[in-house]
Amino acid sequence: MTTLEFMQGNAACCEGALAAGCTFFGGYPITPSTEIAEQMALKMPKRGGVFIQMEDEIASIGAVIGASWTGARAMTATSGPGFSLMMENLGYAVMTETPCVVVNIQRGGPSTGQPTMSAQGDMLQCRFGSHGDISTIALVPSTVQEMFDLTVKAFNLADRFRVPAFLMSDETIGHMREKISIPDSVEIIPRKEPKPGMLIYEAEEDMVPGFPTFGKGYRAHITGLTHNERGYPEATNPELHEALVRRLVDKVESRRHEIADYDAVNTDAETVFITYGPSTRTVRQVLHDHPDETIGHLNLRIVWPFPEDTLKLFPNAKTFIVPELNLGQMAREIERHVTGQRVISMGRLGGTIHTPAELYDKVQEVA
Amino acid sequence: MSTETFGKWYREDRLPHIFCTGCGNGTVMNCTIKAVDAMGWEIDDTIFVSGIGCSSRAPGYISTDSLHTTHGRALAFATGVKMANPDLHVVVFTGDGDLAAIGGNHFIHACRRNIDLTVICMNNMIYGMTGGQGSPCTPVGKISTTTPYGAAEPAFDLTELAVAAGANYAARWTSYHVAELIKAIRAGLETPGFSFIEALVQCPTAYGRRNKFRQVGEQVEYMRSHAMLLQKKRRLEEQGKDVPDDMFTVGEFVRRYRPALGVRK
Repeated sequence: MTTLEFMQGNAACCEGALAAGCTFFGGYPITPSTEIAEQMALKMPKRGGVFIQMEDEIASIGAVIGASWTGARAMTATSGPGFSLMMENLGYAVMTETPCVVVNIQRGGPSTGQPTMSAQGDMLQCRFGSHGDISTIALVPSTVQEMFDLTVKAFNLADRFRVPAFLMSDETIGHMREKISIPDSVEIIPRKEPKPGMLIYEAEEDMVPGFPTFGKGYRAHITGLTHNERGYPEATNPELHEALVRRLVDKVESRRHEIADYDAVNTDAETVFITYGPSTRTVRQVLHDHPDETIGHLNLRIVWPFPEDTLKLFPNAKTFIVPELNLGQMAREIERHVTGQRVISMGRLGGTIHTPAELYDKVQEVA
Repeated sequence: MSTETFGKWYREDRLPHIFCTGCGNGTVMNCTIKAVDAMGWEIDDTIFVSGIGCSSRAPGYISTDSLHTTHGRALAFATGVKMANPDLHVVVFTGDGDLAAIGGNHFIHACRRNIDLTVICMNNMIYGMTGGQGSPCTPVGKISTTTPYGAAEPAFDLTELAVAAGANYAARWTSYHVAELIKAIRAGLETPGFSFIEALVQCPTAYGRRNKFRQVGEQVEYMRSHAMLLQKKRRLEEQGKDVPDDMFTVGEFVRRYRPALGVRK
């Protein structure tokens, strides 16, 4: 059974988190993400969960990580300035392999920028923003329905891979209202428990160790220092550090094609749009207006780890056009993976999205 | 401490610890473990949380689940642990740099929330781990590598700060006052809400040798002879008598039972 609702994107994100069993939300008000915290404040206490408004975003992500160690599915929501403040603790979550979900309703930056306008300027920050070599998972919704679905998915991926998972939405989708269908229940992939006799950070074949929930008798010492499989600090051992960081990156990167979530349309086309988030909607309009199947479209719902094999789904492609609300952050990643095709970045700033006419004009121009 | 208690609460496979010879942190750890053990708490329902610095290495030597977090943020992580599972007893180890400088905002807000944590601050008045830089608790005139001509800024009184910000329990002792410190930590563990125990500790490596304490014992003796009971100081003030400038106050600053957050139901 499902329930049909007409709902704002941020509210759908909150509903997705609750459906996924999120029982802890720690956050700090920031436009344009605030409705998520407000909805959580309203709904979490009635379900026996915790809503806590922290003193800043550093504390918010800290509390989320702490809550996660008690076994809770925990989440925060923020936007650019708050996201920047979270970077150090997000690196801690990567190093300690703490599952958590971070929602970034992106706005125009840098700095305070355009608080009420849309942007996708944090796409590289969520991948490279914390110091050291890391790999994380980033999901991007382009509809209110996907705000719900991908929030659920983010929790499952965070628990499955023991990483922070980022829902990298934006003001457009966060504040948009659309019809959505909310299922009575959703698929929940629980955290893997440690197998008897295994050390705290002894990884299994999938490179992910079982999660030793606090208070269950595992007696785990968790540190952001380079640690051995027992979890004990061993910060000056070069081989140990290299093996640990390579595992933390590889456990995600080596499964990027399994993690990938996308739509590929008109795969015979020579000119192909690659989009994520709001630009997806504009390209769909272009394809709707020009139904001759000559324009290809790759819509990515998961951008990190980047699923480069999806580019091969378009064997005749000569040009990839990448409309995004930044100066070409994902276009740069796509350029790394193309095999001779031209990549045209259609970066856009200012807070409004591309129009179908602009995108169609670009198709005509490159043809 | 009995061998049995030691063996129960400490990870002997992690010894030797990293604290320098003569450091006061080990004394504060032992006082804490004695108080926790006396509470009848078990290893598997007690969590130690810390930030970064010498003090923050303490949880790594204790057998419980523990979270050694980022610099200054221990209270934020501990808040998440306690709120998500109030059945767990959560104790935080921190230091003067971790708590009062980079973590100052989290400190006052944890006090204001009066969240049910016990926070033990090993105040060595210096950044020990990074080699002896001035902290917000370095007394005026004292030498550190970043105050080579003597600290010019006034120091925080952390215990008074905790009282003002709303903590239910606040006390200050030193690594000399072992019996009093154990009693204070026990009182903090017993009191619902935010409990703050400041333990002044000697740091011979980074602080003492630059500030005319050539032997460890000299700084411990200084803490003994310059500690004045809070009650005595208040009596002197009431009588209009002078309180010597070089004395610092010790004792229980507050014990109250305001509504608290995260208390086990």
